[in-house]
Amino acid sequence: MRSNVANYELIAPGSLDAVLQILASSPDRYTPIAGGTELMVALGAGRLQAKKLISLWNLEELRFIDATPDALIIGSGATFSDIRKHPVIAAEFSILAQAASWTGSIANQNRGTLGGNIVNASPAADTPPVLLAYDAEVTLISARGSRTLPYRKFHRAYKETALEPDELLHSITISRNLYGYKSYIRKVGTRNAQAISKVALAALAQMNDGRIEDIRLGAASLREYPTRLIAAEQSLAGQTITSLTIAAARAAVLTEARPIDDIRSTAKYRATVAANLLEEFLHALR
Amino acid sequence: MSTIQFTINNHQTIIEAPPMKRLLDVLREDLHLTGAKEGCGEGECGACAVLMNGELVNSCLIPALQAEGARITTIEGLSINETLHPIQQCFLEEGGAQCGICTPGMILATHHLLDKHPQPTLLQIQEGLNGNLCRCTGYMRIFNAIQQAAHAGAAK
Repeated sequence: MRSNVANYELIAPGSLDAVLQILASSPDRYTPIAGGTELMVALGAGRLQAKKLISLWNLEELRFIDATPDALIIGSGATFSDIRKHPVIAAEFSILAQAASWTGSIANQNRGTLGGNIVNASPAADTPPVLLAYDAEVTLISARGSRTLPYRKFHRAYKETALEPDELLHSITISRNLYGYKSYIRKVGTRNAQAISKVALAALAQMNDGRIEDIRLGAASLREYPTRLIAAEQSLAGQTITSLTIAAARAAVLTEARPIDDIRSTAKYRATVAANLLEEFLHALR
Repeated sequence: MSTIQFTINNHQTIIEAPPMKRLLDVLREDLHLTGAKEGCGEGECGACAVLMNGELVNSCLIPALQAEGARITTIEGLSINETLHPIQQCFLEEGGAQCGICTPGMILATHHLLDKHPQPTLLQIQEGLNGNLCRCTGYMRIFNAIQQAAHAGAAK
């Protein structure tokens, strides 16, 4: 059943400061909406709970991508198309470009934003595993000021994040110091185009003299929010890659994964495929 | 209600609409531009695709207020003086349209693709059109039409 649009309010103050002031001082709770690729679907299906919305679309203070000598800083309002077009991302952050390229279709990529993909907090979202593998930081902003925290601490429970009611996700920062790291990403879905993942793994590792010096594994659809596979990382740190360490890492994935059965897949399939993806990455590191 | 001003097929337009009304419904109900179709209503099928500031978007996912100040092109704005646009001509000649529901979105997606890649590879065609579903043609004739349009220099 379609929603009655007359029951919804949308305001577009036109600047970040004005949005933050309203979030800080309005007695009403406003829900931010950027490209609308999630919330407008809910509206169309008659299940958009929020009745008061505030537009972040195309705010120039949020739609930017800056590369400094040390870091890449992506504004939360940057679209997937912006990300795919950026030369530094194409050259140095290939798994981010890859994830952006398989997030929905071109029309969705022209509207959907990196910030929306994160804040929507779907366990199946495409870019969060990559940002976890890069160990990105997120900067949150409000009329009170801004704060930065590791992205791995942003998600707290299903659809629950570190954002306070008056805060917005401002930007995502990724270190450019990735010399010698090998990266991996694979999404398993029903078809290549547009599908929401059954399970996905993004990974980064640094080898030193045949041993894994550093490894970071970001996964989608294995827990109630996008998650690092800490037990698997710990089982692999400092190890050489042998059939024994691979078996131990697979077992670790199965201990920490908490997948569910749903319309897209089963828990058993997700856990097994996640272990297979990790094994594929480990073989590539040898 | 909000007063929303935008340019539609090169005409300045002002409408009064609820700010969360879908651009698709504004086009069809307020402006009687029925080329954009509603298929899935959730951004997967591309039947409602239009160009907004030159970018391909699904109009079912755009709140009317976010179209404020935008330049919007629908299939009705593509032909010039009742002459088919070269992309439309190629779809016609190659059998790229059957029932026609997906065709306006297909043609606008093709326009967007050829803007970015005037001579696209088959892979680029498949990716550029992967948000547009067609239940009639099996896609091969659409791909042929796009290749013909590229060959004819439809991107200008």
